[in-house]
Amino acid sequence: MNRRLRRDAWVGRSIRRLEDPALVTGQGRFTGDLTAAHFVRFVRSPVATGRIERITAPQGATLITAADLNGVKPIRPMLHKFGYMPVEQPILAFEVVRFVGEPIAVVIAASEEEAEDLAESVEVEIAETTPVIRAEDALAKTAPLVHASVPGNILIEARYSTPDFAARRNAAHRLVSIEVRSHRQNATPLEARGGHAAYDPGSRRIVFTCATQTPHLTRTAIADLIGMPEAELRVIAPDVGGAFGQKMSLSPEYVVLVWLARRLRTSVAWREDRRENLIASFHGRDQAIRLEGGFEQSGKLVALSADISANIGAYSCFPTTGAVEPLMGLAELPGPYDIRAYSCLARGVLTHTCPIAPYRGVTRPVITLALERLMDRAAALLGLDPIEIRRRNLIDRFPYISATGLEFDAASYREAMEIAAAALDAAAFRARQRQARSQGRFLGVGFATFSERTGYGTPAFAARGMEITPGWEKVELAMDPSGFVEARIGASPHGQGLRTTLAQIIADELAIEPDRIAVVHGDTDRTPYGFGTFASRSLVIAGGAALLAARKVRAKLIKLASHLLEAAPEDIVLEAGNAKVAGTDRLIPIATVARAAYHQAHRFGHEIEPGILEAATYDPPGTFSNACHAAIVEVDIETGRVTIEKFLVAEDAGRLINPMIVDGQIHGGVAQGIGNALLEEIIYDETGNILTTTLADYLPPTLREIPPIEIRHLETLSENTVTGAKGLGEGGAIGPPAAILNAINDALSPFGVSIDEIPATPRRIRAALRAAGATT
Amino acid sequence: MTEKAEVTLLINGRRHVVRVEPRRTLADAIRDDCRLTGTHIGCEHGVCGACTVLIAGEPVRSCLMFAIQADGRDIRTVEGLADGGDLHPLQRAFMEHHGLQCGFCTPGFLMLAAGVLERDPNISDADLIEVLSSNLCRCTGYQNIIKAVRAAAAEMRAK
Amino acid sequence: MKPAPFVYHAPKTVEETVAILAEVAPEDGRVLAGGQSLVPTMAFRLARPAHLVDINQVAGLNRLAVDGDALSIGACVRHAAFHRPVAPAPLGDLLAFVVRHIAHYPIRTRGTFCGSLAHADPASEWCVVATTLGGEIKARSARGTRSIAAADLFQGLMSTALEDDELLEEARLPVLPPDTRWGFYEFSRRAGDYALAMALATFRLADGVMVEPRLGLGGVEASPRRISEAEALLTGKPPEIGIFRKAAEAAADAVDPLEDIQASGEYRRDLVRAVARRALERATA
Repeated sequence: MNRRLRRDAWVGRSIRRLEDPALVTGQGRFTGDLTAAHFVRFVRSPVATGRIERITAPQGATLITAADLNGVKPIRPMLHKFGYMPVEQPILAFEVVRFVGEPIAVVIAASEEEAEDLAESVEVEIAETTPVIRAEDALAKTAPLVHASVPGNILIEARYSTPDFAARRNAAHRLVSIEVRSHRQNATPLEARGGHAAYDPGSRRIVFTCATQTPHLTRTAIADLIGMPEAELRVIAPDVGGAFGQKMSLSPEYVVLVWLARRLRTSVAWREDRRENLIASFHGRDQAIRLEGGFEQSGKLVALSADISANIGAYSCFPTTGAVEPLMGLAELPGPYDIRAYSCLARGVLTHTCPIAPYRGVTRPVITLALERLMDRAAALLGLDPIEIRRRNLIDRFPYISATGLEFDAASYREAMEIAAAALDAAAFRARQRQARSQGRFLGVGFATFSERTGYGTPAFAARGMEITPGWEKVELAMDPSGFVEARIGASPHGQGLRTTLAQIIADELAIEPDRIAVVHGDTDRTPYGFGTFASRSLVIAGGAALLAARKVRAKLIKLASHLLEAAPEDIVLEAGNAKVAGTDRLIPIATVARAAYHQAHRFGHEIEPGILEAATYDPPGTFSNACHAAIVEVDIETGRVTIEKFLVAEDAGRLINPMIVDGQIHGGVAQGIGNALLEEIIYDETGNILTTTLADYLPPTLREIPPIEIRHLETLSENTVTGAKGLGEGGAIGPPAAILNAINDALSPFGVSIDEIPATPRRIRAALRAAGATT
Repeated sequence: MTEKAEVTLLINGRRHVVRVEPRRTLADAIRDDCRLTGTHIGCEHGVCGACTVLIAGEPVRSCLMFAIQADGRDIRTVEGLADGGDLHPLQRAFMEHHGLQCGFCTPGFLMLAAGVLERDPNISDADLIEVLSSNLCRCTGYQNIIKAVRAAAAEMRAK
Repeated sequence: MKPAPFVYHAPKTVEETVAILAEVAPEDGRVLAGGQSLVPTMAFRLARPAHLVDINQVAGLNRLAVDGDALSIGACVRHAAFHRPVAPAPLGDLLAFVVRHIAHYPIRTRGTFCGSLAHADPASEWCVVATTLGGEIKARSARGTRSIAAADLFQGLMSTALEDDELLEEARLPVLPPDTRWGFYEFSRRAGDYALAMALATFRLADGVMVEPRLGLGGVEASPRRISEAEALLTGKPPEIGIFRKAAEAAADAVDPLEDIQASGEYRRDLVRAVARRALERATA
C-alpha cells in the first residue's frame, strides 16, 4: 500500500457530511414516514411454547394465519460446517409456538389504533408445554426439544484443537481459569423495525420499503420464500434510524408484508413498536465462556482452552444462521495474543426465547471480556503488572497466522496499548488509588487489548460455510454530461456517513469536489447487487470498489482528454476539476470532457465507448483493526454503582478517510459497550416471559452514563485493502465490557471478589461484596 | 373506535385542521395527519424524546399528549426551526460537529435544545448538560451532540 | 402501542369537572393533568380509561402560593414551577433540590405535583416529600370536599384513598421552621430513572442534639412512609455519623422491601442503608 496522500487530498479530511442537510431539517425519509391504505398488527404468542389449538378472529376482521400462507416457504438458513442442524422458521407460527412474541397471525385495519384494537380481540388458544429458557436447562438430558429435528437442542457443536494441545497445557507452569457470563442484549436502534409494501398496478410489482441493512439480500430472500420472480419485487432501504446488526437478519414480518400487498393488491404498512422490538426482534450475546490458560512463569500464555455456550433462541437467523456467535468465538478467541496451543468447544443452544442475531461486535465483546479477565487474573496470580503480561503476549510480527488459521495483517497491538498506558499514567493513578482507599473510596483502572476483524470478503465468509456467501461489493460510477458523478453501491449505510467518505475517495481520484458526487444506495432498482452494510465492511469493500471504479473513470477521462487536447495520455493529469497537459497551461474542464464523451463520440473513433460508465467489484481477504481500551472507574461499595471517570481509546483502523466520522463511530460503539458492561439486559422469567418490555426496564445509556471519551489514533495502512483503510464500525463496542470489568475488579481488589458477569449491575456487585463478607 | 373530533393544530405558523379520535397522540397527528414527518417516534412511552416538539416554546414529548389537547396551541417542529432559508444555529452546529449519524433522534434533540436555549441562552453548562440527558441517542455516544449544542449556545449568547 | 379508545372531556370549571367525574367514574373515568405517568400506561394498555377528564383548562387550578403556614399547590401546577424556590427557605430550597431528580426536563414541563400524588407510584419523589413533611391534600367531588393527610393518602402500589369520583384539587405542604435542616438522597440506575430507593431527612438542632427528626423512605416499599424506628434513634442525639449509621441500619431492618427485576429485597435494604445515611449527612452539610 504505497499511496501517499496529496496535501490537498479529500481523503483524510473531516469534511461535513453530505447526508446532513436533509436530516437536520426533518426531511429524512424513514420507513415509518410513509402512509398506507392499511396498517397491519401482528398477533404474537403470549407463551413461550405450546401447540396452537385455535385462533378466532373477531367478526368481520381480516385475519391471516399460517394456513393462509400456504406455499410460502419457511426461513431456513444453511451452514455447511460442523454438522449444523438446520431449523425452519415458519413466517407465521405453524402448529406450535416457540417463543413469547412469535408472530402467530396478522390483522389489517385502516389505522394503527384500530389494528391494535383488532389484534387484541383475536383469541388464541394454546396448549402450553414446558419451555426451556436458559442454555444450561436446554442441554439437560430430559429437556424438551425446541425443534423435534434437533437432538439435545444443539444447533451447532464445533470442536477445534491444535495437535499438541494437551501436552502443551500440561507442561505449563500455572493454570488459570475464568468464567464469564454475558447477558442478553437488544441493539435497540432508535427506529424500530418496519416495512411498507405497495402493489404498483402499472408495473404489477411490489415496492417494499423497509428498515434493513441488506436491501438486495432481502429482495432475493423474500422473493424466494414467496415464490415470486425477483424482478417483480423492488426493495428500498430509505433512511434507516440505526441498526447495529438488528436489521441485517430477515424478519418474518417483512415477508408477510410483501405477501399481503401482493395478495390484496394494495399498500400495507407495519410500524414495529418499542415493546415488540424489545420482545420479538432479534437479541444478542446471551453467552457463557469458560477459559483455562496455561501460563509460563514469565506470563506467556502457551495453551488456551475454551468452552463457549451461546443461547441462540428459538430459530436460526438468516443469512448468518444462529451459529454465527459460537463459531466466531471459536475462530477468533485467541485474539491478539500469540497462543500456539488452542482447544475450543463451541455450542449454539436452542431455547424458547427470541432468536439471536449479530449485534455490533457479535461475539467479540464477550471473547474479549473472557480473555482480558483471564490476563488480569493471571497477572495477579503471577505477580505481574497487567500491562506487562500483555506485552509478553501480544502479537507484533506480521503477517501472523493464528492457531485457527486467521491471517493477521500489520497492526499496532503493542503500540496502542503503550499509548493507552502512558496516557493514563499508571504510577500517578496508583498513588491516587491508594489515597482514595484510605478515604473509603474505591477507584480502579482496567485495560483491554483486542483485534477487530473487518472488511472481509467471500473467502472469509466461505470459510464459515454459509450457504449464502456474502463478501464482494460492486460500485457503478456514471459521470453524466455535466461532469456530475453518480456512484451506485450495493452497500447500505444507515448512519455511517458512507455518502461522504465514498465521495471523498472518488473526489481524490477524479479531481472533482465531493459535492459533485452523489452516492446512491438502498434501492434495488437503482443499485448493483450487493450484500449491504454490516460486519464493519462498507468503507473497506464498497470504498475499495469505488476506488477501483474511479480509477477506471480516471483512465477514461485521461484517454478522452488526450484526444481533445491532442496530447499523449501519459502527459495528462487531472487537477482541480480540469484535465491538463502536465507542465503547460493547456487544460479542459472535466465537465467539457464528459459532455464530449456523450455528444461528440465521433471524435474518439471507435477506440473509446461513448458515455462514461464504469464498474468495479472488490472482494478483499479481510484485515484486522486493533485497539486498546482503558477505563478508570469508581465503585461505590455501599450501592454497587460504577461511575466511569474516564474512557480512553487508542485505536488503529489504517487510513482514516474522514477522521470526524471515524471518531463518531468510536463514540457510538463505546456508548453501546458501556451499556453492555453496566446497564443493558433482557431478562426472562422461568416461564419464558420477557420482563424487560419498556425502555425503563431495558436501559440504554443516557448522556450522563457516558464519560468524555478520549481517542488516540494510529494509522497502520492496510496492505490488504486498496484504500489502506480498515473497518472500524464495531471496534468501539468490543472493548468496553473488558476494560470496565477489569477496572471494577482492580477497584475491588481489597475485597477478594471477581466480577465476571455483564452487565455488572449494582445489584450484582453488592451481592458479590456481601458474599465476600465485605462490611461497608 | 370513538367519534372523531375536529382539531386545529398551529404548526410552524400554519393551520392544520384534522379529524382525529381523542386517543390519537399529538406525535401521530403531526406525522400522519399533518404529514410533517420530521418528528419521530422511538418508544411511545415518553422515555427516548425523539418525539420532542415545542409547545409555546417549551419542549414537550408529543407522544405523551393527545392531539385534541393541543387544539389551538402554538406548536413548533423541526420543519419550523430554520428561518426561511437560514438554518438555525443548532442545525448548523450539528452539521459542523458531526452531532448526528442516522439522524433519527436528531429532530428531538434539536427541538429540546432550541426550546431551552431560546428561552435562556445564558443557561449554565451544567444545566444544559442535564437537559440534554433527557433524550436517547444510540449512534453518537453523545460526545458530538454536546459539542454541537455548546457551540450553538455560544453563538446564540453572542447575538 | 396506541391507547384504547376513550371519550374526552375538557371542562372549564371545577364544578363541571366533579360533575363529569361523578358520571363517568363508575365506567373507569380518569383525570388527565400532565399525562406523563398516565399516558404511558395507556400506551401499554395497562390502563384503559373509558373517559378522560382533561383538567388543563380548568380555571383556578394553577395556584401556587404560601397561605400562612402552608404552601398551597393547585392540581395543575407543573413540576417545572418548583425549579426556583416557591416558598421561603428551607422548604423552597428543598423542593427545588428534589425536583431535579424527577424524570427529565421535558417531563417536568407537563407533569404535575398533584398528579404524582394521585398516581402514587412508590418511586415518586413528591409522595415521599408529602409524607415526610406531613402534607395533606384536598379531595373534591360532587359530594363535597375533604382533607386527607399524606400519611393516610397512600394505600399501596399505585393506590390512594381517593374515591373514583374525587379530584385531588390541591396539596398543602407545611412551611418548615427556618432552622430546619434537610437532606435528600436518591439512587437510580440512570439519570432520570425511577428511584430504587430514596430518603428525605429533616431535623432541627437544639443544644447540639436533633429534635423532631423525620426520616421518610420512598421507592422501597409499596408506599412511602416515615420510619419511626430510625427516628427514635435520632431524637436527642448529636448529628454524628455513628448515630446516622445506626438509624440507617434500623431503617433497613424496618422496611418490607419491594422485589423486582432491578432490586432484590436484600439489595434494597443495602440501598436503604446508603440513602438514609447519606440523606442525614446532607442535612448536616
